[in-house]
Order: sequence, then structure tokens, then C-alpha cells
Amino acid sequence: MTLSRRRFLRNSIAASTTMLAAPAVIMRYGYGSEDPILVGSLHDQSGPLAATGVPMVDSLALAIEEVNAAGGLLGRPLKLVHYDTQSNIQLYSQYAQQLAVKDRVAVVHGGITSASREAIRPTFDRFRVLYFYNTLYEGGVCDRNIFCTGTTPAQTVEKLVPYAMEKAGKKAYILAADYNYGQITAKWMTKYARDHGGEILSVDFFPLDVTNFGPTISKIQAAKPDLVLSALVGGNHTAFYRQWAAAGMKGEIPIASTTFGLVNEPSTLDATESEGVLGAYGYFEELTTPASTAYVGKLKKAHPEIPYISELAAATYEGFHLWAEGVKKAGTIDRMKVIEALESGISFDGPSGTVTLDRATHHATRNAFLAEVKDRKWSVLESYPDQKPLDTAAVCDLIKNPNDTRQYEIDI
Amino acid sequence: MVGQGCKGASLVPVSGLQSGLVLTSYLKGIEMDLAVIVALDVVNGAASLFLLCLGLAIIFGMMRIINLAHGEFVMLGAYATVVSANAGLNIWIAMLVVAPAFVALVGLVVERCLIRFLYGRLIDSMLATWGLSLFIVGFVTTIFGNTTKGVPTPLGGFSVGAYRTSYYTLFLLAMALVAAGIIYALMRHTRFGLIARATMQNPEMAAKLGVNPARIYMMTFTLGAALSGLAGGLLAPVSGITPVMGAAYIAKAFITVVGGGAAILSGTVAASSLFGFINQLGAYFTTPVYGEVILFTSAIILIRLLPQGISGRFFKGQL
Repeated sequence: MTLSRRRFLRNSIAASTTMLAAPAVIMRYGYGSEDPILVGSLHDQSGPLAATGVPMVDSLALAIEEVNAAGGLLGRPLKLVHYDTQSNIQLYSQYAQQLAVKDRVAVVHGGITSASREAIRPTFDRFRVLYFYNTLYEGGVCDRNIFCTGTTPAQTVEKLVPYAMEKAGKKAYILAADYNYGQITAKWMTKYARDHGGEILSVDFFPLDVTNFGPTISKIQAAKPDLVLSALVGGNHTAFYRQWAAAGMKGEIPIASTTFGLVNEPSTLDATESEGVLGAYGYFEELTTPASTAYVGKLKKAHPEIPYISELAAATYEGFHLWAEGVKKAGTIDRMKVIEALESGISFDGPSGTVTLDRATHHATRNAFLAEVKDRKWSVLESYPDQKPLDTAAVCDLIKNPNDTRQYEIDI
Repeated sequence: MVGQGCKGASLVPVSGLQSGLVLTSYLKGIEMDLAVIVALDVVNGAASLFLLCLGLAIIFGMMRIINLAHGEFVMLGAYATVVSANAGLNIWIAMLVVAPAFVALVGLVVERCLIRFLYGRLIDSMLATWGLSLFIVGFVTTIFGNTTKGVPTPLGGFSVGAYRTSYYTLFLLAMALVAAGIIYALMRHTRFGLIARATMQNPEMAAKLGVNPARIYMMTFTLGAALSGLAGGLLAPVSGITPVMGAAYIAKAFITVVGGGAAILSGTVAASSLFGFINQLGAYFTTPVYGEVILFTSAIILIRLLPQGISGRFFKGQL
């Protein structure tokens, strides 16, 4: 089904390109060197994912302001071209074409869900527009035109699962959202649990509109795990933590999650519901390094209404600066030359620490952190410096296969 | 990463096997405690569904207005509870008084400004209330933002053998019974109930006998809105509250009301018990994905076999 839809998309794009490209090509002759370099952005600013997307765009805008204040890139100012994708996959495809064909941006930062990334990645491949995906995700994307700067399971889940098992016990019960992110993350959880001598009692998937977790909570109690691993997603699924606490299960069986707290769950849920939940990400707002506090200060000053600055915002900031470093090194915004510059081991010292792009996978080597919710805030317990994207590295080598465009999935 | 997307479900066999094992031991009577807990889940599912549907059943069943903003009325009730509870008001007052009162007020305004022009125009009323639902979602998002809100669940939990569940489950059941009792008494034993039922059956005749149908419609719509607000208030402590939360409830609520048929109260009680039972047991013995599939499949079969709903066959002419 996915294949034929993608093929359909490709064909229809090809058909419309001819018509759309002509005026854009003609217009290009009018461009001078003083014109701003256009930076594309596709993030959800409304709909269910808005709470996730708004801080990412704020963070991207901050990074662009900083570069402009320092004189821009190659003597030219930068300009943000942003489209609100409204939590709607169709709009992702539509605006992706618009950015590529009409706006002719130098780079696109964006995509939040894995579904949205897979919808726009072929478009940017086809139109040869450099694409940065700055969200933590399930790993495995192998494509020379994309750089994935967020964390992948080898950097976070691989730390979280053993830590939680060490603390709680070997038997785990997995709850995950029913789409590609949840399905693949559940596989990684299973793999890392087994690698460390653990046992998975059950894996349950939930459509995103499930609100009643009563039967699940009973099932978990019947299975008697030592630990619950959660990759639940979205507002409806927050009900699980609430019903779990209401049943008095909080404190009976600990929870570790790969998604909890990415928006602002620790501060909106009651302390009795969130206390003790474990999470591992590439960045926490609570990090007290000078780079982190400076970044949080700047972003909160510019956008005081930001609920929480998570890895998503920080990786977007870092992803943009990495691209800027690449352009500086290449001395041009030509796509292939920038890709080659980015492949030369470019790194950036961002709020989470040093982030380095890996040549073979186009993913980032970056720090990871493990934290526990204490009194409605994350309390960072462990740091794991310079974590490599080993999951993707095991299946993807863009040095050997530069024309690869697949997303590999783990088999267990 | 996070968010909605393709829901291509490749189900992991482990969970099915696990449930199968639980089923066998359950049938052997080994796990009596577990059976009690699962029964409570079923009761909880049915009671929440009934509370969710009652307001819709009154508006749709009595007035033939398809209120597509029903989910948003529920959402407004939940927000009213959260806002007043966070402002320091007692949680019980917030749930049981503020939520229904606030949504009743909203319902009154909506009826006066919008719905009263649309009686007897089924399709127009659908379009108008759908627009209304978009407006309410946008309005609430503008004021409160997109992030998940909530209030902690009162009452706490208790144990049945080795299993734990919350007192709130029992409280929801009690509230469903109370709501059903109040509506029954109101419709059956008061003058307002008599006039309202007469107006629904034959507005022209009622008007000739000196009743003002417009006034009765207004009161009935407000009552339905108040009950939707009450449902939102009662579900607030066990839900993730966002401006778009209504969407998760609307389909189930409509299926239940249509499945229930013309008799507002007995039909809704019967349909929500049946669908609550099927959904919860389906989710327990298979997976939540199949729980939903089983629910919708059985709803289709029910409507095929009983096109007039459950009450069209079994509770004919009752309230």
C-alpha cells in the first residue's frame, strides 16, 4: 500500500513539475547576490501536534536571528520561509513541493512525525533540496540528501531500558502508539531488554484515539511485570498515566518512557502521576551547562510562552547551526557542495554539548542524558557523552552506497 | 517520531497469546480477583459511555438535531473543571456544578444564536454544528494553548486480592445511575417532562394546546448541553485534556445513540451497556486495536439487524 501510494505521489509530482518549474527557473535570473538565502521550515503550528511544533519553529527562528546578527552567511542575510502543516500529512506533501519548486529554498528543516518525514523525503530527494530532520525517531533512514540530527534508539532506548531493568527487574511490559514510530520503537525496546537478559511479557499497541486504559491496566496487573515501558503518544494517551495513578499502581510498578515529557507532561500532570517516570533524550531543559542555560535564557526571553524546551527544540537549533557551518565551509549554498562539507565531520557546540555529523549514516554523534521526574521536573541522573547512531550504522553506509534512499527496519 | 500517521497495524503475536493464557485461567475460575477487576472495567466502560451519550441522546433523540459539536461540549466541561479546580475550587464542585452549569450556558447561547434557525433542517444543522465545533476548538486553543491539561483523580485506589483499581470507577457508575434516575424522574414525573415529550412527538399539536415549542426546544437543548458538560467534568480526572479531545469521543457517542434508537433513556442505557461490554472485553482479551474493531463491527451488525436501534425492538414506546 505504502509503495503504490509513494509511486503515485512520485508520478504526480513528476507531472506537475514540468509546469511548475518553468516560471521558477525563469525568475531565477532576477536573483542577485544581496538576496536573502531562504531557509524552509515545515512544522505543525496547529492541530494535535502544535504543542510539539511551536517550540521547534521558535528555536529555528532564534538560530536564524543569531546568524543574521553575526552578518549572515556568505555575506547574505537568511530568511525563514515557514509553512504551518497543521498536523496534516497531505499538507506536508503540498508545502514540500511549494518549498522546492516555488520558493526554491536552500535547505528545509522540518517534519515531526516519522509519517510526515516519509511523506516529504521523496519530494526533497527528487527536487534535490537538502533536508534536515531534527526529531528523535526510530532510526534507520539511509539517504544522502537528509541529515537526521535527533537521537535514535541506540543513543537513548539502549540506555533507558537497561537502567530501568537494573532498578526495577527483568520482566517488562511494553505499551506503544500504533503507527510506525511506536511499532519500531517497541522492537528496539524488545531487543535491548533481551540483550540485557530481560523478558518482554507483552507488547500492546494503541490507536491514537484510545482514551480508556482500564482493560490495559488490568492486563498489566495480571501479567505482573517488574517494569512498564511506554512509547505512548499524544494527549489522549496521557490518560494512561492518570488512570494508572488513580488505580493506585503508581509506585507499584515503575514506568520508563521514550516519549513522556517531550512537550510538558511533567509540569501538567499532578506530581503523584508523574513522579519517578524515567526518560532518556538528547537534551533536557534542566541541564545546567553554561551552553544550555544560555540557550534556554535566550529562547525563553524571545518566546516566554514556551511550555518546555525539549530535545526537539534543541536539536532543531543545533541542526540549523550545523547546516550553517556546512555552508561556511563549502563557501556556497550549492546542495552537493554543502553535503560534501557536512560529510567532512562538521560539528557544533550546542545546548546539549558537541554534536558531530557522521559521514556514513548522516546521523549525529551526540550526548544523551537519562532523567527521572522529581517534583514535576526532570532531574538528570546520567550523562552518556558522544553517543554514536549505532542502530543506523549497522544497516546504513552512505560511503559505500551513496545512492541508497531506504529506511531500514530492525528485525528481531 | 511522535504523532498521528499511518496506522498500519502489524500485530505482535505475543500479546494475543498472553491474553489467551489469561482467558484460559480466567475460565477455569483460578483468577476470581482478576474476574472482579475485569468486571469493574466493563462497568466503568459502560458507565463512561452512558454519561458521554446522554446529552447527545437528548439533543438528537428528542430534537432530531445532529450535534457534531457534542465532543466539544464535553471538552468545554473538562476545561471548566480543570480551570476552576486549578483556581482553588473544590474538585467535586468543579466537576458536578461548574462543568454542567458552564456548558449549559454555552448551550443556551448556541441554541439562541444558531440552532433555533435549524430545526427540521437535518443537513444544515450538521454543517452548522460542525463549523461550531471547529470554532470552539480554535477558540479554546487560542486561550489555553495546545498542551495537555489535567486535574488529579480524587478518591484513590483499592485492592481486590492482588489487583488494584480506583474508587473513581465506582463513582462513575454511581453518577451514571444518578443521571439516569434524574432524567427518568424529570421526563416521567414532571410537568416539564410531559410537555417536552409532547412537543417532541407533535410540536404543532402542542402549540395549539398553548405550549411554546421554541421555549421547550431551548430548554431541552440546554439540558442536553448541561449533561455533556457533566460528562466532560466527570471524565476530566481520567483523561488527557486537549482542545481536540472531543474527536476521540464523537464517533462512539453517535454509534451508541443510533444503536440505542428512539427511546432516549432505555435505548442509551442498553446500547452503552452493550457497547461498553464489547469494547472493554474486546480490548482485554485481544488488543486495544481489535477492541475498537470489534466494537465497530458489532455496531454495524446491530444496525443491520435492528435498523430502529435496540429500543425500536425491545423498549418500544418507553422513555
